[in-house]
Amino acid sequence: MIETRGLTKHFKDVHAVDGIDLTVRAGELVALLGPNGAGKSTTLRMLTTLIPPTAGTATVAGFDVVRRQREVRLRIGYIGQGNGAGHSQRGRDELISQGRAYGMSTRDSRQRAAELIESLGLAEVADRRVSTLSGGQRRRLDIAMGLIHSPGLLFLDEPSTGLDPQNRANLQEHILALRARHETTIVLTTHYLDEADSMAERVIVIDHGRIIADDTPQRLKDTHVGDRIVLGFLHESDAAGAAAVLRTERKGTQVRLGLPNAPRRAPGILDDLRTAGYPAAEIEVIRPTLDDVFLQLTGRSLREGGVDKELVEV
Amino acid sequence: MTTLIADTSTVFSRELRPLLRDPFTIIFSMVQPLVFLALFTPLLPDDDGNALQWFVPGIIVMSCLFACSMTGSNLLFEIQTGSHERMLVTPLRRPALLIGRALKEIVPMFAQAALIVVVCLPFGFRFNLPGAVIGLVILAAFCIGLGALSYTLALASKNQEWLFWTVQQTLLFPLLLLAGVLLPIENGPGWLRALAAGNPLSYVVEAERSLFNGDIWTSSTLGGIIAAAAVAAIGLLVGVRAMRRSD
Ligand SMILES: Nc1ncnc2c1ncn2[C@@H]1O[C@H](COP(=O)(O)OP(=O)(O)OP(=O)(O)O)[C@@H](O)[C@H]1O
Ligand SMILES: [Mg+2]
Repeated sequence: MIETRGLTKHFKDVHAVDGIDLTVRAGELVALLGPNGAGKSTTLRMLTTLIPPTAGTATVAGFDVVRRQREVRLRIGYIGQGNGAGHSQRGRDELISQGRAYGMSTRDSRQRAAELIESLGLAEVADRRVSTLSGGQRRRLDIAMGLIHSPGLLFLDEPSTGLDPQNRANLQEHILALRARHETTIVLTTHYLDEADSMAERVIVIDHGRIIADDTPQRLKDTHVGDRIVLGFLHESDAAGAAAVLRTERKGTQVRLGLPNAPRRAPGILDDLRTAGYPAAEIEVIRPTLDDVFLQLTGRSLREGGVDKELVEV
Repeated sequence: MTTLIADTSTVFSRELRPLLRDPFTIIFSMVQPLVFLALFTPLLPDDDGNALQWFVPGIIVMSCLFACSMTGSNLLFEIQTGSHERMLVTPLRRPALLIGRALKEIVPMFAQAALIVVVCLPFGFRFNLPGAVIGLVILAAFCIGLGALSYTLALASKNQEWLFWTVQQTLLFPLLLLAGVLLPIENGPGWLRALAAGNPLSYVVEAERSLFNGDIWTSSTLGGIIAAAAVAAIGLLVGVRAMRRSD
């Protein structure tokens, strides 16, 4: 469905995307993950024909994104990072003209618009001026516009940003249902790590315009971080004994241990320690998050941006 | 499958719909040139009762010109919010985006032109319907080209609204004045007349005047058609290229 070779975009001296080789097969659901400015949007904008690459090639839905733009456009849907609906327009009108832009008849567009308005919970606001909608309502309208022509390949740039948890869950369901029903290929970017984790079978980590990891969320976590167990003891002597049994290090009354499949193996470890005469007083099993993966790969946390924002707001 | 015409009508009707839902703004803007006409006409030299005959086509050209220069300014906001990007991803043909948006600015001006003509008839304004219709078609072509250029300017100035306005106003007024739209050029110095001769709008205005008068098969008409077609072609070419290249 998507095939890129050395895809590159430079804005003057900013290397926004720096030689991306990417293959996405039909039916995949891929999440692009990366901090602000990593080049996610720029990558999507090249793949959707919005901007010409500085170097490299990309084939999307079987057509070159530079030479066969119209063919590409006919076969994809795109929900950008901004708001797609004009502010002076009404939501329903925008949905219908979007359908017509894709060559649907006015009748079909109208009907499909009504379906999407219903299923995305926009019934009360669809006939109001877009400028009067809340951020989350506008976002849902964007999503409805991207889905109007039921594209076989869908690009979503931070679709869930600005949605409350309930609507985010609803959107995720929508995307998964779309995929189940039409076998849609989906490429999305997100800042919500749990979203990438729970939805995508494949996560591509991008930093400074390059792909630095590409795998299933589980394998990324297993390979780059792994499960950890932290055991607490009443006495340092117990901790020291346990550390010797488990062949790991001790810090005060705590013993830390990295091991795959930790939740399943934790009860066995507790039994072993009790048998050896060093019973643990408490146990914590830590499963890695994609943030840990990112931290491991780059030395930076993906959450830093969020923390900064909170500080600014204080 | 769509055609260029279907695509243009999609863009055009999308643009026009908010106006139709809120027609008050159009009505208001339509009255404006009437006020202008009422205040300006008495100042014109009127030796043979021809002031209106000369001035009305000029006013119509001027309103269309200002209107189609709004093509780009209305786009600026949509570039910022992301709705222009959303339109660019659709398979809409690129010229349709340019033509549809420009037409939305021009069509209300044609309604306005009709209003101006009707208001001026009791004051001795004579006009020829077939001539006027041909004149408006020529004017529309010219304005599509100019609208496309305004669109291009909006793309190029992106988030710098001041740049758009500075460049556009700097170009628009000389274009208008050097075409003899509001004041006759004939009595000006040689250099002024030379500049006017190089201004495509001069030919369009001249054609409008003779067409409104009912002189259809003239060289002025031909000159107007050529000038308008050239501006339309250049505008569309430049606009489509800019859309392709734009980051
Ligand atoms: N049109 C542009 N002109 C100049 N620089 C740009 C342009 N678009 C993006 N950039 C720069 O390219 C880099 C990558 O930007 P991009 O929008 O792709 O990041 P992103 O991964 O989508 O970030 P975010 O999570 O904040 O959306 C950034 O440094 C950005 O400033
Ligand atoms: Mg982005």
